[in-house]
Amino acid sequence: EYIADEVQPQIDKSKWRGIAVYVDHVDGKIHPVTYELLGKARELAAKIAQPVYALFIGNDIEKEADELLHYGADKVYVCEDSELKYFKIEAYTNVFAKFINEVQPSAILVGATPVGRQLAPRVAARFATGLTADCTVLDIKENTDLVQIRPAFGGNIMAQIQTPNTRPQMATVRYKVMDAPQRLDSAVGTIEHLDVAACDLVSHVDVLSVTKKAKETTIDMADVLVVAGRGIKKKQDLQMLEELAGLLGGEVASTRPLVEIGWLDPKKQVGLSGRTVRPKLIITCGVSGSVQFVAGMNHADMILAINNDSKAPIFKTANYAINGDVYEVVPQLINKIKAGEAVL
Amino acid sequence: MKILVCIKQVPGTNKVEVDEKTGVLKRNGTDSKMNPYDLYALETALRIKEKYGGSVSVISMGPPQAKAVLYEAFAMGADEGALITDRKFGGADVLATSRTLSQGIKKFGEFDIILCGLQTTDGDTAQVGPEVAEMLNIPSICNIEKIEQVQDNTIIVDMDMPEDIERVRVEFPCLLTVKKDIFQPRLPSYIKQQQTQKKDIDIFTFSDMEDQNEKKYGLSGSPTHVERIFPPTSDKIQQHWQGTAQEISGQIYGLLREKKFIR
Ligand SMILES: Cc1cc2nc3c(=O)[nH]c(=O)nc-3n(C[C@H](O)[C@H](O)[C@@H](O)COP(=O)(O)OP(=O)(O)OC[C@H]3O[C@@H](n4cnc5c(N)ncnc54)[C@H](O)[C@@H]3O)c2cc1C
Ligand SMILES: Cc1cc2nc3c(=O)[nH]c(=O)nc-3n(C[C@H](O)[C@H](O)[C@H](O)COP(=O)(O)OP(=O)(O)OC[C@H]3O[C@@H](n4cnc5c(N)ncnc54)[C@H](O)[C@@H]3O)c2cc1C
Repeated sequence: EYIADEVQPQIDKSKWRGIAVYVDHVDGKIHPVTYELLGKARELAAKIAQPVYALFIGNDIEKEADELLHYGADKVYVCEDSELKYFKIEAYTNVFAKFINEVQPSAILVGATPVGRQLAPRVAARFATGLTADCTVLDIKENTDLVQIRPAFGGNIMAQIQTPNTRPQMATVRYKVMDAPQRLDSAVGTIEHLDVAACDLVSHVDVLSVTKKAKETTIDMADVLVVAGRGIKKKQDLQMLEELAGLLGGEVASTRPLVEIGWLDPKKQVGLSGRTVRPKLIITCGVSGSVQFVAGMNHADMILAINNDSKAPIFKTANYAINGDVYEVVPQLINKIKAGEAVL
Repeated sequence: MKILVCIKQVPGTNKVEVDEKTGVLKRNGTDSKMNPYDLYALETALRIKEKYGGSVSVISMGPPQAKAVLYEAFAMGADEGALITDRKFGGADVLATSRTLSQGIKKFGEFDIILCGLQTTDGDTAQVGPEVAEMLNIPSICNIEKIEQVQDNTIIVDMDMPEDIERVRVEFPCLLTVKKDIFQPRLPSYIKQQQTQKKDIDIFTFSDMEDQNEKKYGLSGSPTHVERIFPPTSDKIQQHWQGTAQEISGQIYGLLREKKFIR
C-alpha cells in the first residue's frame, strides 16, 4: 500500500548495498535482457566491491533460478506462489517492496519490457525514489551514485541523470543495449527464499485468458529489414534474403518494381507509395536508392546498402556503402552467421 | 461512469537541439501541442462514454499556457477540465509530476477510470501513469490495445505482452495506459470548439494540494537530477567497403555482431 514518504534530503548511503536485477520472465522462461543486466550489475558491483542480487517472482520457478547463479548473481531471491503465476501489478509491487526493505540494495536494474516498464515505476513511487528510463550507458561512482545516460525527445538528445539523495536508485534498460555476459561453468551464489503474507497477494486484477500472438509479419514493426530491389533477378532468389532476415530476426521488404511484378505482397513495399519504416537495421540488396524509396526508410537507425554499382544513389543515404555483388556477399554472410565464427 | 484523461502539453516538434555553449535545450519555435499519444487516450475515453455513458474529464499539469490542450480536448468532446499550475511545480521529474498530478486528481473528483497515454514525445519515460496509480493506491494496466467490455464496476481489456495478449478484468477505480492505434483519434469539431472556447476550467495551485510540504514539489521534490544534456553521437558515419565478397561479408558479420544483431 502506498504511503507517501517524507522527503529525506540526505540518506546514509552506506546502509544501501549491492546492485539488484529484476528477473524478467514468462512462466519461468527468463528474458535474455535479464542476463545482460546481470552482466552490467556485476561490472558495476565490482567497482564498488558490493554484491549482485537477483529478484525472481513467479510460480514454480525455482528450478530456473539456478541458471541465474551462472551469470554472477551472489544471491537469487525467489518468491513463489500460485497467486504470482501471472504478472499482477499490485502483488508484484508488494513482493518487490518486501525485497527492497529486506535487502536494501543501492541500485536496481529492470529490463524495459512491457512488464518492467509498468512494475518499476510503481516500485519507485512507493519508495519515493528516482527512476531513469531506457538507460543506454550506466556507470557508478565511488560513493555508489549511479551515472545514467538516456535518450529523450525521440532520441534527438541525450541526458545524463543521477539520483544523488535517495535509495534505491532505479533504472530501466532495453533489451540488446548492454552486452550479454559469458555463462560461467560453475554457479557461484546461493538461492534465498522470500516469503510474503497472503494479504500482500491480494489483487484487483483478474487474468481471464492468455493468447499466444501470431508471429509479427508487418514490416513497419520489424527491428530488422532486408530489402529486395531489382538487383534480385529471380523470384526464387528471394529465399536467400528470407534466410538472412530469419537469422537476424527480421522481415523481408522490397522496392516497388518487385511488388509490381507480383513477387511480393504490396504490404511489403517500402517508400513513398508504400510503407514508412524505421527499423534498427535495414539492409538493402540490389536497390538503387530512388528518392521515392529513400523517403520511406531514411530514418532507419542503421542503413547497410549492398550494390555492385559504386555510383548507386543509395550509397549517399547508407551508413555502410557496400560495393559488392548481392549474389556473392549474401550467401557468404549467411554461412558466417550460421557457423557463428569468431570475429577476426 | 466517470472517466479522466491525463494530457500533457509538449513541444510541437521533438527535433530539439542542444546549445553547444550553454548545454541548454534549444526549443525551435514556441509552438506546443497535445502529446500525440494522449490523443489515443482521449479517444478511448470518448468511445467508452459513447458506448456506456458517463462523462469525460481532462487534467493537465503545466504552465498556464497548457490550458490550450484542455480546450483542444473540449473540441474533441471532453466535458470538463482542470489545470494544475504553480511556479512551485516547475522542474518536476516523474516522481514530483506524479505526486502533483495525483493530488490534483483527488482534488478534481472521484473517477472510475483514469486514462493516460503510453508515453510522451519529450520526456519519453512512460512512467507517469503507473506512478500516479501507485500514489492513488489503485490498480494499473499498461499497454492496452483493446477495450473489450465494461460491466458494472469492472472493465475488461487486452494487454499487449511480448509473446501474448493477456485479457484481464480490472476493478474500478483503475488507471489504464493505452497503445497508439487503439482507436483512430477524431478531429476536433468546429462547433464544439465554438461552444467551449469560453468554458471555465478548474485551476489548482500549491495551496490546493493535500500535502503542504513545499519540498516535495518541483525541482526540490525530484529525486532525479539531469546533470547535463548533449546531442547523441551521430550514427551517420559513412563507410565505404569494397573488396572480395569474402572480405566484405566478414566485415558485415563483424559489424552485426558488434551491434548485437547476432550473438
Ligand atoms: C531529457 C530529459 C530526460 C528525462 N529523463 C527522466 C527520467 O529518466 N526520469 C525521470 O523521473 N524524469 C525524467 N525527465 C523528466 C520527465 O520527463 C518529466 O519532467 C515528467 O514531468 C513527465 O515525464 P514524461 O514526459 O516522461 O511522461 P510519460 O511518463 O512518458 O507520460 C505518460 C503519460 O502520463 C501523462 N502525463 C505525463 N505528464 C503529464 C502532465 N504534466 N500532465 C498531465 N498528464 C501527464 C500523459 O497521459 C502521458 O501520456 C526527463 C526530462 C528530460 C528533459
Ligand atoms: C510517384 C512514384 C512513387 C513511387 N513510389 C515508390 C515506392 O514507394 N517505393 C519504391 O521502391 N519505388 C517507388 N517508385 C519507383 C522508384 O522511382 C524506382 O523506380 C524504384 O524504387 C527502383 O527500384 P529498385 O531500386 O529496386 O530498382 P533499380 O532502380 O532498377 O535498381 C536496381 C539496383 O540494383 C543494383 N544491382 C543489380 N544487380 C546487382 C547485384 N547482382 N548485386 C548488387 N546490386 C545489383 C543496380 O546497380 C541498381 O542500382 C515510385 C515512383 C513514382 C514515380
